[in-house]
Amino acid sequence: MARLYLARVRVTLKAGVLDPQGEAVKQGLVALGYGGVKEVRVGKYLEVRLEAPDEGQARRQVEEMCRRLLANPVIEDFTLEVAEI
Amino acid sequence: MKFGVVVFPGSNCDRDVHYALGAVLRQPVDYLWHADTKFTGYDCLVLPGGFSYGDYLRPGAIARFAPIMPAVMDFARQGGLVLGICNGFQILLEAGLLPGAMLRNHCLQFRCQDTYLRVENNATPFTGRFAQGQVVRMPIAHNEGNYYADPETLRRLKERNQIVFRYCTPQGEITPEANPNGSVENIAGLINEEGNVLGLMPHPERCVEELLGGTDGRELFASLIDWWAKQRLHGAHNSF
Repeated sequence: MARLYLARVRVTLKAGVLDPQGEAVKQGLVALGYGGVKEVRVGKYLEVRLEAPDEGQARRQVEEMCRRLLANPVIEDFTLEVAEI
Repeated sequence: MKFGVVVFPGSNCDRDVHYALGAVLRQPVDYLWHADTKFTGYDCLVLPGGFSYGDYLRPGAIARFAPIMPAVMDFARQGGLVLGICNGFQILLEAGLLPGAMLRNHCLQFRCQDTYLRVENNATPFTGRFAQGQVVRMPIAHNEGNYYADPETLRRLKERNQIVFRYCTPQGEITPEANPNGSVENIAGLINEEGNVLGLMPHPERCVEELLGGTDGRELFASLIDWWAKQRLHGAHNSF
C-alpha cells in the first residue's frame, strides 16, 4: 500500500566553487547597511511529493533523483529530509 | 558528409546550423527530433544552441535525458563525431560526454558579443584548417558560460591537450579582460579524451558568411568535412 511522502531537498554549491550570484547578493546586503555580512552563497530548495511503500524507499528514490538530476555532482552537494504526509 | 542537428524543445539555433551546413557548406543535413529514439547513417551530430527545456533546473540538465540522448551517447561512444554549441555544450557536460560543468557568468550579465579565441589544439577533426595558436573571432550569447573543472580534471585536460579554444585578446594573449564569463583558464571549448566530441560556447554557425561579419565559423565546419574525407580515403568509417 503506497504512502505519500514529502521530501525537502537542499542543493548547494560545493565549497571552493565560486558563486557570482552569492557575491552580488552580498553586495546588495552591504549596500543596505549590513556591513558585517562576510559571504553569501545561494542554493536551491526543492519539494518532492511522492508515493512509496515506506520511508526508506522514499528516501532512497529521492537520493537517486538528486544524484541523477536534481544536483550536478561536479559542482553541487545535496541534503534531504523525508517525512510522511 | 551527413550531419544530423538535434532539436530539443527550446533549441533555437538549429536553423542557423542547418543553414550553415546545408546552404553554405552544401552538405546533406537533417533535423533529428528529441523524441525519436533512433537514427542511422550520420557522420556527425550537432547539438545546437538555445534554451532547451527553458534552461530549467540547470541549462542542459533536462535535455540530457531526452529520448534521443541514449542513441546520441552510443553514437559518441562508438567514435561518431559530436559537436555541441552553447546549450549543446551544456548538454554534453550534463551528459558526462565532456568533463566539468557550467556556472553562471561571473559578471552576472548575459554576454552577447564577439569574442577572440585562440586555437590551442589544431590536431582535432574540428580544427584542422586552423593554425596552432591562430586567433579567430566568433560571437557568444550566453548567461552560463563560466566553465568550471576541479584542479585534478583541469590538470588532465591540459596533459591530454583537450583544451581547444581559449578566450584571448585580438593579439592572442590570454588575459582576464579577454574572458567574457569567468571561465577557468579562459576555456571556451574543449574536446573529450578520444577526440570525437567537441563542445564550445561560441557560435560558429553565426560566422559562416562575410555578410554576417566573419567566416571563422565556416572553417570549423570545413575542418570536419576535410577530416572526414581523409578518413574515407584511408578506408576508415564512422558513420552510424
